[in-house]
Amino acid sequence: MNRKPSLAESIASHLVLVVAVAFALYPVLWVVSLAFSGARPPEARVFPVPHDPTLAHLEAVVLSTKKVGDETIYLFARQALNSILVATATAAAGVLIAIPTSYALARFRFVGKEAGVRSLLATQMFPTVASAIPLYLLLDYLGLLNSRTGLVVCYASTSVPFAIFQLRAVFESIPVDLEEAAMVDGATRFQAFLKVALPAARPAIAVTALFAFMSAYNEFILAATLLGKEEMFTLPVLLQSYIGEYDAQWERFAAGALIVSLPVMALFYVAQRHLVSGLTSGGVKG
Amino acid sequence: MRSRILASFTALLVLLALLVSARCPGLVAPARAEERPIRVWHAKRDAEARALGEVLATYQGATLDVLPIPYDAFARKLEASVPIGDGPDLFIDQHDRLGNFRGRNIVAPVGDALEGEAAFIGPALDAVRAQGAIWGLPIGQKCLALFVNTALAPEVPADLEGIAELKSTLPRGVYPLVYEAQGLYAHAAILGAFGVPLLTPDEQFGVVGPDAARSLTLVRWLLDQKAIPEDAQGALVGDLFKAGQAAFAISGPWFTGGLSEAVKQRTRVVPLPRVRATGQPMRPLLGVEAVFITPEGARRPEVRALARHLASAAASQVRLRIAGIPPARADVEVPADDPFVSAFVEQAKVAVPQSSSPASRSVWDPMDRAIRKVLRGVATPEEALDEAKHRFDDVRRPLPPPASPAPLALVLGVLCLFGAMRWLRQARSGELGPALKRSLPAYKYVLHAVLVVGVLVIAPLVVGAATSLFASRQEEPQRYVGLANFIDILTARGGPLFASGSFYLVLAVTLLWTAVNVFFHVTLGGALALVLHRPTLRLRALYRVLLIVPWAVPSYVTALSWKGMFHRQYGAVTGLLEWLNGVFGTRLEPISWFSSFATAFTANAVTNIWLGFPFMMVVTLGALTAVPDDVLEAAWVDGASRWQRLTLIVLPMIRPTLAPSVTLGAIWTFNMFNVVFLVSGGDPDGTTDILISEAYRWAFTREGQYGYAAAYSVLIFLLLVGATRTLNRRKLPAESAKEAQPAPGDAAAQIHTEAA
Repeated sequence: MNRKPSLAESIASHLVLVVAVAFALYPVLWVVSLAFSGARPPEARVFPVPHDPTLAHLEAVVLSTKKVGDETIYLFARQALNSILVATATAAAGVLIAIPTSYALARFRFVGKEAGVRSLLATQMFPTVASAIPLYLLLDYLGLLNSRTGLVVCYASTSVPFAIFQLRAVFESIPVDLEEAAMVDGATRFQAFLKVALPAARPAIAVTALFAFMSAYNEFILAATLLGKEEMFTLPVLLQSYIGEYDAQWERFAAGALIVSLPVMALFYVAQRHLVSGLTSGGVKG
Repeated sequence: MRSRILASFTALLVLLALLVSARCPGLVAPARAEERPIRVWHAKRDAEARALGEVLATYQGATLDVLPIPYDAFARKLEASVPIGDGPDLFIDQHDRLGNFRGRNIVAPVGDALEGEAAFIGPALDAVRAQGAIWGLPIGQKCLALFVNTALAPEVPADLEGIAELKSTLPRGVYPLVYEAQGLYAHAAILGAFGVPLLTPDEQFGVVGPDAARSLTLVRWLLDQKAIPEDAQGALVGDLFKAGQAAFAISGPWFTGGLSEAVKQRTRVVPLPRVRATGQPMRPLLGVEAVFITPEGARRPEVRALARHLASAAASQVRLRIAGIPPARADVEVPADDPFVSAFVEQAKVAVPQSSSPASRSVWDPMDRAIRKVLRGVATPEEALDEAKHRFDDVRRPLPPPASPAPLALVLGVLCLFGAMRWLRQARSGELGPALKRSLPAYKYVLHAVLVVGVLVIAPLVVGAATSLFASRQEEPQRYVGLANFIDILTARGGPLFASGSFYLVLAVTLLWTAVNVFFHVTLGGALALVLHRPTLRLRALYRVLLIVPWAVPSYVTALSWKGMFHRQYGAVTGLLEWLNGVFGTRLEPISWFSSFATAFTANAVTNIWLGFPFMMVVTLGALTAVPDDVLEAAWVDGASRWQRLTLIVLPMIRPTLAPSVTLGAIWTFNMFNVVFLVSGGDPDGTTDILISEAYRWAFTREGQYGYAAAYSVLIFLLLVGATRTLNRRKLPAESAKEAQPAPGDAAAQIHTEAA
């Protein structure tokens, strides 16, 4: 459509968006303000401007150390690395396991498919509060407690079903003609999958991986429960440690939260183009 | 193409590296128990952690493996890991959880780690005594005392009422006193002055009778006099005192560390005042910090030696010097001129040791609610306490009697038989074989996922669901009770079916919660997507990224930020109202968000809508890209109005794409426990709790009744499965048309019918 929009229309849509952006950013700006504030006299304020600005909280979080023998370990860097490692592995495991399965669900008909999909959807409806303890005992049985692998296994238990649902819809939306053409040209079914369908689904796979990454990256209860060494903890556990039994260091909590969310924001920014196309067909079908 | 394979390979390598790195400690020959380092767990931070580090550094007997754990995860981690032999040898915690620890076999008597009882202060040692044995070594005492801003109050009034009466002489906007009036921990000190115990000697609810009610009336009076700020929680107590907006504060030794030097100069600590009404001093709860030894650690002499070292006089001196922790030993001198610690030592002498019985933990939640109700003025003290007692009894009600597992075995047996017969019939009909053969190629693609999902998702879920047939409580062993948990929940435990906290009322709130959230997620997200989708829009990428921000920042942080914004006195929403009043001359009153259901529910919903609209926006944006321009163009040429184009063309075209995401969003919202827990916390009076937060309370704050929580989970599960089934059935005609298509295995045909 090549109509020129009227000026009023243009202004109206920008107005709507600016208001929406303000709504979206306002609570986050309070977190930013808290992270950079020194002493705060309590008063009801409208604008989230840091009071008595300071970088002390940020420094305290980033430079937290631990002495092991004569060696000083920068906990923050170590834990940031753990977070990224665990979240990447979760995303990779989730997506790698889900890709062939979701492809099969989209392209084949087989005995047990409907029942399988239905029960997979059903698992999403069961609150984790009851299944957490059995999962813990299972990890113990597998000897995976106190290891990052165990944590990844735990996270994978949620990321795999999610990825299967997302990617199944994605593969369904990709036209089969190309694969069929490849098979007419002599490719096997598997080659067609690997060389035709997979590249076409790439943006969607990236987005699904991003979701899996995020959910693992932000989790702390399981991480604190499963891991047995401070050097193995992930960043959200560090954040949580600023909240004690009687009191909490909210400024450090906020400062840490900001740093923790930076990589995710960066990933979102990079992936935002795909985010739209990747989700086009995503979703769950029962 | 190559990059694709490369990427998968890198991912695989990362996974492998992880596996190897995780296994590495295991590759080193497994050390015998006697040789491995002593594992020490604690939940200390800052000054206390530094003091602990210094004490541990002077211990020479063995190598140590020290693990600080966030307080929130501490008890759960102990309870999960010690029983399976994966816990610490020694840990530091407060004595009030001793009852739970003993019930779960997490602690052992200290044995010869105790040099002699005379070294310790009597009450501190009594706190860790049970059944004639000593279960921990006291290393410090914690209780509340009175912090004085000497610049505002050079003289300390003799009693609490006297402090309140300072209101008229203090500068405007300065409160005489600030403390966490809404919680039982601080209120217990006033209860102490009235001689009211939290728990009776036979472990019944103790906060009953006229004196208990008078204590609440007193606090209500403090609030009416504006002697204390309303709703002072968490950081606010400290902020008000530090900013010089409160003459007195009631807090503990941990408060000292957060004071700047300038504030410290004008601060001193004295024991809590008397209460004029009774003439008795306020008696705060006393928590005794202690070193506990796990059953595994108790077998090793060097662990007991370490415990002795941690509780030694020298160690107490270190903790006193670095963290200002009042010692629990009789032989450690506290400098009398210390303006901070000496008062706490004095205060500890009149403090009431917290009960370590598991029953005492069930007093907290009902009492917190009762206090808040009275302060809000929605209940008289008598009513509120009656309700609290009722709640306590409800949590402590006897577990259902053990049931015979025979009916279950019978039902399972019949089900198995039925299933086997069905399979057999299918196999005999001769259709199954060829169908299976045709399915074989597909199975190669799904086998690993079936294994993974089966082991990691389905198995824990089935076991979890099965726990709903058992009943347990911290100190009582688990027992099979059949469907008793379900019957209890569905009959509201014998109470009225629509009472506060009953399954049906909570279900109604949950349905409202889900409906409101999903509605706004879809409309808000959809509307923004439509605006963003306008082809001529400038700055689209920027808007898009900024609007996704709520989704990218960890929700436990932003939910807390929202909660702060809803604070009646100091929240940003109130700031906004005042600003509007200033600009437009309106007279908008600050809203007390968490004191009525409607406003608290709104606060929760606004937070969750904020968190969830970006997802729906992104999904809708994606769906909109599939609407072809030429169709819209044609409609425009035909003279369709903007509204007609939207409702007759765009919406019908994106609906099928949106439907699955809306379903998923509804399921997520139904089980969105975080927001409710962090923002309203169920306030007022548990009315904003939804089913999932109710399940969490039974599992974690009501004495670990996991069976009961599991029963809630199963009910949630059944409700959701039932709902999605009904919804699916409604679109059955289309589905069956698809099923009728021939050519199994012909993917093209399948795709085309689905697209049609």
